[in-house]
Amino acid sequence: MALPRMPAPIRLRELIRTIRTARTQAEEREMIQKECAAIRSSFREEDNTYRCRNVAKLLYMHMLGYPAHFGQLECLKLIASQKFTDKRIGYLGAMLLLDERQDVHLLMTNCIKNDLNHSTQYVQGLALCTLGCMGSSEMCRDLAGEVEKLLKTSNSYLRKKAALCAVHVIRKVPELMEMFLPATKNLLSEKNHGVLHTSVVLLTEMCERSPDMLAHFRKNEKLVPQLVRILKNLIMSGYSPEHDVSGISDPFLQVRILRLLRILGKGDDDSSEAMNDILAQVATNTETSKNVGNAILYETVLTIMDIKSESGLRVLAINILGRFLLNNDKNIRYVALTSLLKTVQTDHNAVQRHRSTIVDCLKDLDVSIKRRAMELSFALVNGNNIRGMMKELLYFLDSCDPEFKADCASGVFLAAEKYAPSKRWHIDTIMRVLTTAGSYVRDDSVPNLIQLITNSVEMHAYTVQRLYKALLDDISQQPLVQVASWCIGEYGDLLVSGQCEEEEPIQVTEDEVLDVLEGLLVSNLSTPVTRGYALTAIMKLSTRFTSVNRIKKVVSIYGSSIDVELQQRAVEYNALFKKYDHMRPALLERMPIMEKTASNGPTEIVQTNGEAEPSVVEAKHPPPVTQPTNQANDLLDLLGGNDVVPVIQTTVPTKPASAGGELLDLLGDLSLSGGPAPAPATSVPSSQPAFLLDGLTSPPLFNDIAAAGIPPMTAYNKNGLKIDFTFERANPNPNIAVITIHASNSTEADMTDFVFQAAVPKTFQLQLLSPSSNVVPTLNQGTVTQVIRVLNPQKQQLRMRIKLTYTHKGSAVQDLAEVNNFPPQSWQ
Amino acid sequence: TPLTDREKKKVIRDMMMLVLARPPRSCNFLQWRDLKIVYKRWYASLYFCAGLEDKDNELLALEVLHRYVELLDKYFGNVCELDIIFNFEKAYFILDEFLMGGEILETSKLAVGVSMEEADTLQEEEKEQEEVGKTDKERFACGRGLRE
Repeated sequence: MALPRMPAPIRLRELIRTIRTARTQAEEREMIQKECAAIRSSFREEDNTYRCRNVAKLLYMHMLGYPAHFGQLECLKLIASQKFTDKRIGYLGAMLLLDERQDVHLLMTNCIKNDLNHSTQYVQGLALCTLGCMGSSEMCRDLAGEVEKLLKTSNSYLRKKAALCAVHVIRKVPELMEMFLPATKNLLSEKNHGVLHTSVVLLTEMCERSPDMLAHFRKNEKLVPQLVRILKNLIMSGYSPEHDVSGISDPFLQVRILRLLRILGKGDDDSSEAMNDILAQVATNTETSKNVGNAILYETVLTIMDIKSESGLRVLAINILGRFLLNNDKNIRYVALTSLLKTVQTDHNAVQRHRSTIVDCLKDLDVSIKRRAMELSFALVNGNNIRGMMKELLYFLDSCDPEFKADCASGVFLAAEKYAPSKRWHIDTIMRVLTTAGSYVRDDSVPNLIQLITNSVEMHAYTVQRLYKALLDDISQQPLVQVASWCIGEYGDLLVSGQCEEEEPIQVTEDEVLDVLEGLLVSNLSTPVTRGYALTAIMKLSTRFTSVNRIKKVVSIYGSSIDVELQQRAVEYNALFKKYDHMRPALLERMPIMEKTASNGPTEIVQTNGEAEPSVVEAKHPPPVTQPTNQANDLLDLLGGNDVVPVIQTTVPTKPASAGGELLDLLGDLSLSGGPAPAPATSVPSSQPAFLLDGLTSPPLFNDIAAAGIPPMTAYNKNGLKIDFTFERANPNPNIAVITIHASNSTEADMTDFVFQAAVPKTFQLQLLSPSSNVVPTLNQGTVTQVIRVLNPQKQQLRMRIKLTYTHKGSAVQDLAEVNNFPPQSWQ
Repeated sequence: TPLTDREKKKVIRDMMMLVLARPPRSCNFLQWRDLKIVYKRWYASLYFCAGLEDKDNELLALEVLHRYVELLDKYFGNVCELDIIFNFEKAYFILDEFLMGGEILETSKLAVGVSMEEADTLQEEEKEQEEVGKTDKERFACGRGLRE
C-alpha cells in the first residue's frame, strides 16, 4: 500500500514566475517562506527525484537574498549522485552556498576526487571547476595530485581546466607550486587556444610568486622566444573566425602573452632584447579604431615601460599614450592618464611634452578622468612651469567638486613649497587657497602654513595685512581664520603701523584689530580651536599694542568661559597680568623662526643651541597632527611606487643671524617627503636659529664618495681638546665639501655635554649633521665625530669660525676659534 | 579568504549604488576600495560589472564582458533579460565554461558553445533514459529497467 505522497514540488520556472508576480516585498517574502517550508519537508523525505529541482529553486531564492544554508548538505548529496543533471546543480550549489568556513565543505573532497577520474569529461570538468573556484587549502592539498595528472592529459578540454585549477591551488597553497613544474614543459606547444591561454596564466602565476621559477623559465625553458613565436603567429595569421574579435586574432591571448613578457623582461637585459622587435611590431601595426586594438596597445605600452627597453621604444610607448589622451573614447583617455601617472617618475621629460593635454583633462566632465588628471598635473609641476600650472590648478580648485578640494589644496601647498618662484607668490598662492577652498583645507595644513609664514620674514607685514583683509570679508573658513588670528597676534604691530611694502598699506587702528579678534571669540561660526587661537592672539597683542586695559578686560571675561580650554588660557593669561607682569614681554615676544624638522630617521634631531635656557614659551598650538596618510603623500606614493626622493632646495633663503652671536648660515634642507609634520615650536627663545639636521640624503652620499685625497688637518687644539677635520667631496655636487670632525680628549676627565658649532661667511652655506655622541671620553679613548657639509658655489676660500662648549671637571667651558688653515683642495 | 554572506551582500549593495549613480556618459571605470570596477550597461536595465586587480587590463575587461554577452546571445538566441532570469543556472554554466577563478578559460566562442551543447545533450539523454526506465518499471513487476 503506497503512502500518500506529497504533491510533486513545483518546477523551477514556475516558481520564478510566481515570485515575480509579487507586488510587494512582503508578498514576495511570504511566497518564499511557503516554498522554503515545502522544500524543507521534501528534503526531509530524502527524495532523490526532486532534490535537484528543489536545490535549483533554493539557489534562485538565495540569489534574491534569502537564506539558503539548509540546502548545503543537499548539494553534497547531489554531487554524490550518479546523474549528470544532479551533479551540475549540486556543484553549482556548492560554489554558491559553500565555502571553506563551513566544515561541511570538506565532505566534498572525496566526491571531487572520484569525479576527477570520471569517465565523462564534463563531470571531470565540473569537479575541476568547483575545486578551482572555491577549493580550500585542505582540499587543494588533498587533490593537487589529481589536478597535476590532468594537466598532462592530451584532452585539451580537461587540460585547460586543470591549468586554471592549478593556478587556484598555487594561490591557496604556494608550497605546492613545485609539483606542477614538470607538467608545464610542453604546455606552450599546444595548438588549442584555450590551453595556450590558461597555460600562460599558470606560467604567469608561477613567475610572479617565485623568483627562482622566474629565473628558471628565463634561462632553462627559453620561455621568451616561445612566447614571441606564438604572438607573432597570432598577428601574422589569417582570419580565424572562432578567435576573431573585430579583425584581431585572439586578443585575450595576445594580452596575456604581453603581460607574461613584461614579467620576464623586467630587469633582464637579454629577455628584454629578445622581445624588442615583437613589441615594436605590435605597437605600430595594431588597429586602433576599436577598443580591442587599444586594449592590446595599452598592454604593450605597459610592457615596454616596465622592461629594459631601448629609448626609441619607450618614446614610441609614451607617444601612444599621448595619442590615447586625444581619443574621443573616455575609457581610453582614462587609461592613458593612469599609465602616464605610473611612468611620470621614470620618463618625466617625455610625459612633460603632453602636459597641456593633461591639463585640459582637468576640464573633462568625467569624475574619474578629472581625478587622474589632477594627480598627474601635480606630478608634472616643476620649477619651470610652476606659475602656469598653478594658475590652472587654482582655477580647478575653484570650480571642482567638493570631493576633490581637500586633495587639490594639499597638492597646491606641497607644490608651492617646493617650487615657489618667490616668497610673495607663495604667500599669495596660500591666500588664494585659503580664501577659495578654506573649509576643505586639512587641519594639519594650519601649523605648516604658520611655519612657512614665520620663515618669510620680509613678508610678515604683507601677509598679516592680506590675512586681516580676508578676515574682514569672511570668518567662516576655520583654517583661514586660525592662520589669520595667529598672524595678527604675532605681527599686529606691523599691521597697525602700516609698514607694508608689497602693497598699499591699510590704515587700521588697534581697536579695529581687537574688534575683529573679539568678533571671532563670540561668533557662532568659530570652533573652539579657533577661539583658542583668537584669545592667544589678543593676549600677544598686549605686548605689541598700547591698549592693554582693553585686552586685560577681554581676558578676564573669558576666565569664566564654559569652554574649559578657553577658561584655562584666560586664567593663565590673567595670572600673567597680575602676578607675572614682569615676565610678560619676554614670554610674548616675537617667535623665532621655526625649523621644519626633517622627516624620519633616527639620525635627525633639531639641535638647539647650547644656551641651556629652559623652554619657556610653549606656543599654544594645537598638537601637531602627523601628516602621513593624507592624500598629498598618497600622491607622492603614486608617483614612485618606490621610495620618494626628497627634493633638496638648492636656493634657500639664508637666515640672517638674529640678535647677537656668530654668523650661522644654514643649508636649510626642507626635505618634503611624506614625513611627520613639524614638531611644535618648543621655542627656546635663544638668539641663534637652530640647526637643521638632515639625515635623509647625506649618509648614502658619504659612502660612495671616493676620498678625493684631500689631506686632513687639525682645526683646534687647546686645553686637551683636539679637533681634526677630514675631507670628502659630495659626489653629485662638486660644490659641496663634506667635512668630518673628530674630537678627542687627552685629559683625565671626560668632556660631557659637548657641543660643536660652526659658522661660515655669507657666501657659503653650512649644514651640520648629528654628532656621534656628546661625550668626548677621557685619555683619547674615543672620538666624537660629526659631519659638516659646506656648499661653496662661488668657490671662495673656506674659512670657519667654531664654537665649542662642554662641561669638564664640573665646570662649563666655552671657546671660540677661527679655522683658516683649510687645504686649498677642499674649496677649489 | 572568502567573504561572509553579510559581506557579500554589502558588496552587491555597494556595487549597485556606485554603478547606478554614474552619470550617463561617464567612462566605464571606477575605483572601489582597492579594486578597479569595470561596468557596462547592456539593454536598458542590465549592468555587467567586474572587479579588477591593479595589474589587470581595464580595456580588455570590457572585451571580456562583451564576449560573455555574445556567448549568452548565441546560446539563447537573441538573449534578453528574461532569458537570464528564467535560466540563471544556464547563465552560470556558460560562465563556468568561459571563466574560472577569475581568469579566462576559453578564448574561442565556438568552443564554449560546443561544450554547452554537449553537456546539455548529456542532460537530455539522461532524462530520456529515466523516462524510458520509468515506463518499463511500470510495465514489468520486477522493475528491471533498460538502463545501461
